[in-house]
Amino acid sequence: MNQPARPPFVAALAEAPLPASGVAWLDKARRENLDAFVAAGLPDTRVEAWKYTALRALSQRSFAAGDAQALSRDIDPALLALAGIEGPALVFVNGVYRADLSMLDALPAGVDLQPLSHALAADPESLRFTLSRHYREPGDAFARLNGAFAHDGAVLRVAAGAKISVPLRLVFVGAAAGAEIAWHVRHLVELGEGAELTLIEQHLGAGEQAHLGTQLGDVTLHADATLHHVGLQQAGAGSSLVRRSHYRLGARAQTHLHALELGGTLARHDLRAELVGDAAGFHGHGAFLPDGRQHMDIQLAIGHQARNTVSSSTWRGVASGRGRGVFRGAIVVNTGADGADAVLGNKNLLLSPQAEIDTKPELEIYADEVKAAHGATVGQLDERASFYLRSRGIPEPQARTLLTTAFARAPFESLASERLREHIDQLLLARLPA
Amino acid sequence: MLKIENLHARVEGKDILKGLSLEVKPGEVHAIMGPNGAGKSTLGNVLSGREGYEVTEGSVLFEGRNLLELAPEERAAAGVFLAFQYPVEIPGVNNTYFLRAAYNAQRKARGEGELDSMQFLKLVREKLKIMQLSPDLLNRAVNEGFSGGEKKRNEIFQMALLEPKLAILDETDSGLDIDALKQVAEGVNALRSPERSFIVVTHYQRLLDYIVPDHVHVLAGGRIVESGDRSLALKLEEHGYAWVAEHGEPAGASA
Repeated sequence: MNQPARPPFVAALAEAPLPASGVAWLDKARRENLDAFVAAGLPDTRVEAWKYTALRALSQRSFAAGDAQALSRDIDPALLALAGIEGPALVFVNGVYRADLSMLDALPAGVDLQPLSHALAADPESLRFTLSRHYREPGDAFARLNGAFAHDGAVLRVAAGAKISVPLRLVFVGAAAGAEIAWHVRHLVELGEGAELTLIEQHLGAGEQAHLGTQLGDVTLHADATLHHVGLQQAGAGSSLVRRSHYRLGARAQTHLHALELGGTLARHDLRAELVGDAAGFHGHGAFLPDGRQHMDIQLAIGHQARNTVSSSTWRGVASGRGRGVFRGAIVVNTGADGADAVLGNKNLLLSPQAEIDTKPELEIYADEVKAAHGATVGQLDERASFYLRSRGIPEPQARTLLTTAFARAPFESLASERLREHIDQLLLARLPA
Repeated sequence: MLKIENLHARVEGKDILKGLSLEVKPGEVHAIMGPNGAGKSTLGNVLSGREGYEVTEGSVLFEGRNLLELAPEERAAAGVFLAFQYPVEIPGVNNTYFLRAAYNAQRKARGEGELDSMQFLKLVREKLKIMQLSPDLLNRAVNEGFSGGEKKRNEIFQMALLEPKLAILDETDSGLDIDALKQVAEGVNALRSPERSFIVVTHYQRLLDYIVPDHVHVLAGGRIVESGDRSLALKLEEHGYAWVAEHGEPAGASA
């Protein structure tokens, strides 16, 4: 039987050795994930979830599986500093846990935070349910890849009732290596009943590199838990980063997400929130700012599966240069999710004639007494506002920066930490054309 | 200070100003009155450099410089200020940040030193008293959620802070109740000086009870058709603008 030739991307990883765990079920799951990945390859744009993100160029590249020198890569500690925020941090370089860069000795009571590699060695059985998962959707190529190769990441459990005041940080650094490599990280986050936590997730780049990083995260909130999740994506300029974060919220559990996407050549983020308990709430806020030739694709899917569940989401896109943005916001209110309240807004700003943003709202309702509002716009800078600022003496470039920053900042106004808000302001100001 | 000669301006292909001439000397307050659609707001927009207003003929000299050549921000730095009829709400831009950016940009353009945030805050507090504005407006976004009166007072507050040489008040009285009107007028009067000039554009003479002008002009059909002293405003109040149409022949009036 003649098989069509595998594109270089698939061919390189098809033959790569899988990480050996010594755990039979895990080795089997990895093998199955790799087989599924190789069989289906990368999705093309006929797959709905990848309609606006073509992977042709990526499929012609080949990446080595993992970085054998990840433990010895030099990382400037200044890169890892964040707005004076001290506290526990797990740091990964090219997908590998770096104890020397991490801070784990001051964990608050009620927090169990460890690298996946350690958790697997100590108690693989507790991870079996999550790590044995299969990914069967046509667009799941990167989840399969992650399922096959990820051997590190973060395992974070917060005990029931523990209210953690110190923010915890997960930091992922893509570092220059001899070759282009593919690295993968896998997370499990679980908040017990009534637990509260602030989790800051950062993606950073050290040196020029064109790596592929994938991240797959499962976040589970039990009843009455609250998670403040902050994502700052500043991956290296040439890198590709494909992430999926999957939230499951029990009764009355609340997730407040603030996500900023700045880095990478190709940055894709799938955010899925399943509101499985009554009165659970997902409050998502984010901004993506593709510039140059960056391509950023945000896929937000919220499933209301229980009564009186609430979701409110605000995303803003700002595209400049030849930047390309994609936002797909899907809300599904399932049968029985009566009394659901869903609001989703996506406003976008195009700063150059070559920039493009595609926004696609989707709303499906199968329940009763549902309130749902959905809106998306793409526009240019408000010339009235620009003239107002200029009429007061503010030069045009500065007026544009001010207005653009204000636009991109809006989703972060609900961020509780003033320090982080200011930090994000600085990132936006540094980023936007002055 | 300001010399407008035979100004013709067009908006969206429509001729609005058709030969307007006006001279304003330092320290003078000129009121420009006229019916709706006479071109009152166009004058303010042309003088402040708004895009979309095409000058087809005539000249505007400000302290001897060709004002029409300058970008809006350059006009501001030169000392021209427009108090907007409809101040723009700018969500996400903090009022204090905006004010300091404007203040320092003007100083920088004039080759003067910039103020740091402490120095600036001190200045702002002094100026706030003049407008009797609540300091919490400073922490809000520019004009966002301000009442009509707050927006207009915020315009005058900005004027007090930026200390222009020439201020153009574009229907600053519209939509104000009598108390707000008095406050705005007090703010303007506090800024009157032998060096500072005002062009007060208004539909009603009511504002001129509180901001007493040196000269009153009637703008109709894109040009000044009648000029006089304060009594002209009172006549207009009594007879309405129809009186101008009958009474006044278009005249290339100057002050």
